[in-house]
Amino acid sequence: MIMKVIDIFQETYSALTANKIRSGLTILGIVIGIGSVIAMVSIGQGAQGTIESSIQSIGSNLVLVSPGFQRGGGPVSAGRGSAQTLTQEDADAIQKEIILAKAVAPEISRRYQITAKGKNTNTQVVGTVGAYPEVRNIQIDFGSFITDQNVRSLSKVAVLGPTTRDDLFGEGTTPVGQTIRINRVDFKIIGITKSKGGSGPLNQDNTVFVPLSSAQRFLAGDTYVTAISIQAQSPDDMSVIQQQISGLLLSRHNISNPQLADFQVLNQSDIVATASAVTNTFTILLASIAGISLVVGGIGIMNMMLTTVTERTREIGLRKAIGAKRRDIGTQFLTEAVMLTFLGGAAGIGLGWVMAFLVSQFAGIATSVSIQSIFLAFGVSAAIGIIFGYYPARRAASLNPIEALRYE
Amino acid sequence: MIECKNITKIYKTGEIETVALACVTFTIKDGEFVAIMGPSGSGKSTLMHIIGCLDTPTGGEYLIDGHDVSKLSDDELADIRNRKIGFVFQSFNLLPRSSVLRNVALPLMYAGVEREKREEIAVSALNSSAFPEKFWRHLPNQLSGGMMQRVAIARALVNNPSLVLADEPTGNLDTKTGEIVLDTFQNLHARQGRTIVLITHEPYVAEHAERIITIRDGNIVEDNRNHNRRTANHDYEGN
Repeated sequence: MIMKVIDIFQETYSALTANKIRSGLTILGIVIGIGSVIAMVSIGQGAQGTIESSIQSIGSNLVLVSPGFQRGGGPVSAGRGSAQTLTQEDADAIQKEIILAKAVAPEISRRYQITAKGKNTNTQVVGTVGAYPEVRNIQIDFGSFITDQNVRSLSKVAVLGPTTRDDLFGEGTTPVGQTIRINRVDFKIIGITKSKGGSGPLNQDNTVFVPLSSAQRFLAGDTYVTAISIQAQSPDDMSVIQQQISGLLLSRHNISNPQLADFQVLNQSDIVATASAVTNTFTILLASIAGISLVVGGIGIMNMMLTTVTERTREIGLRKAIGAKRRDIGTQFLTEAVMLTFLGGAAGIGLGWVMAFLVSQFAGIATSVSIQSIFLAFGVSAAIGIIFGYYPARRAASLNPIEALRYE
Repeated sequence: MIECKNITKIYKTGEIETVALACVTFTIKDGEFVAIMGPSGSGKSTLMHIIGCLDTPTGGEYLIDGHDVSKLSDDELADIRNRKIGFVFQSFNLLPRSSVLRNVALPLMYAGVEREKREEIAVSALNSSAFPEKFWRHLPNQLSGGMMQRVAIARALVNNPSLVLADEPTGNLDTKTGEIVLDTFQNLHARQGRTIVLITHEPYVAEHAERIITIRDGNIVEDNRNHNRRTANHDYEGN
């Protein structure tokens, strides 16, 4: 006859509450272990979320064509990105021949010193076309963006990113109509873009946009472009459009071997996948370090259970004498261990949550506690209870009742 | 009814064989009150373990109510102990964190009795060992030794066993409380017709039984009816 579940829980409750301090301290090991795993995974997942959203913010269904190696003229390679063979005509050809391309925006970007009313800054100047905001997911806060008319007429107009605006004119100002000087050429401000957030190299707010033709003529003095952004019709078209663009550009550039292409075509989902792989590794690393404390906590459980079994040898002997079977005793002690880790897991999830909250509050790192990590924590704590409780429980179950009753 | 037929028990430690029971044969009928007496090292503890199904004999047959239990597995023996035998130990062996009532009901838990039913049965067992109701919810360490032993007796009775096996039940008690406990056994025997086996090394304790089996060096040396039986005339009931 096997004990009923409610009886096992009652026995467990009275055993664990008999020595509250010891049970509490043992549970603490698991609380800290589970808490750190939850907190570390939340930091990793928060970082992943931040990186993915900044990649998404540069546009949706985006394919990027950028220059590759400059080929020809001997064995010397000028390095990746050095090629100056991408042109406005390539962009026009993509627009015309690739049906899946919804919008195409070529650009030429370089850093220049920019001055306005005595203040100056050094920032990225992007010469581009009217389709750029659509492709790169940019919104206008004040005024308007560069139009294709501006591009055709070589207008000296500029659209400022909010960070550049702040640096040159001060926060919250609307300098539409004023003039900035880029590389000793005056440009009239016609608009301000909305802030997109992000930081470091992904910060797109610290930018000045000018018409592509004006940038080529007045600033770069050349006709190549440094990148072509293409927006696909739908996410499913990404790899198809990537191949079509490669094929088109290879034939336009008269290159037969794809290995020697003087450009590279990047797919936004590839970038996301790469970044995710990096942050996943990072998350696993953090979780493994935290996992060590969980194992230590589990050893604490085992230690306590072995002590308990020894202390309660006579009790075990009595229970066996009055009819408890091996399985009754084993289940009772295993339940005790699992209950300890389970309680520790529950408290640990709370602690991890608080730790994640504090990290995002005080360290400014984005964190995210997912449902999966909570379920995982519960699963892991129950598993630790079973693994580290099994040996003590088996030892209790296999005690000889005669010797157990004689134990002093 | 319990029957021991040519029971032997030999312990082996390496090459050395120790004979604990040489060849023991006796029968205890239902309703008998038997004392098994002998000095320490006589084999009486070994015999107690075999009678109590805590151990199996090396040779011979041991039958409880006609069933041979000498070759059963550990778990099967646990089941027999649960259904057929009630233990009373020298050191009481009550669970310290459980109330009197829960201690008494413990064997019923392993017998798979419903929770509601258990308390009912435990109450009647406490009543039949004359245990005062006001202590039912107390923990064992709040009770005196004599009281604890009566809780243990109630626990031994709760499964309505074929045999109550008491191992030195008065060993940890002073003479007066010991007397009360022995009275309780005599009452169980006289009024409820319980089969009781009392293991002791003290002739004084053994004299409370109606039959005394004396064992020495693994053999039964005497098996007599006890003619000058001690009876208690304490009026402890109803307190």
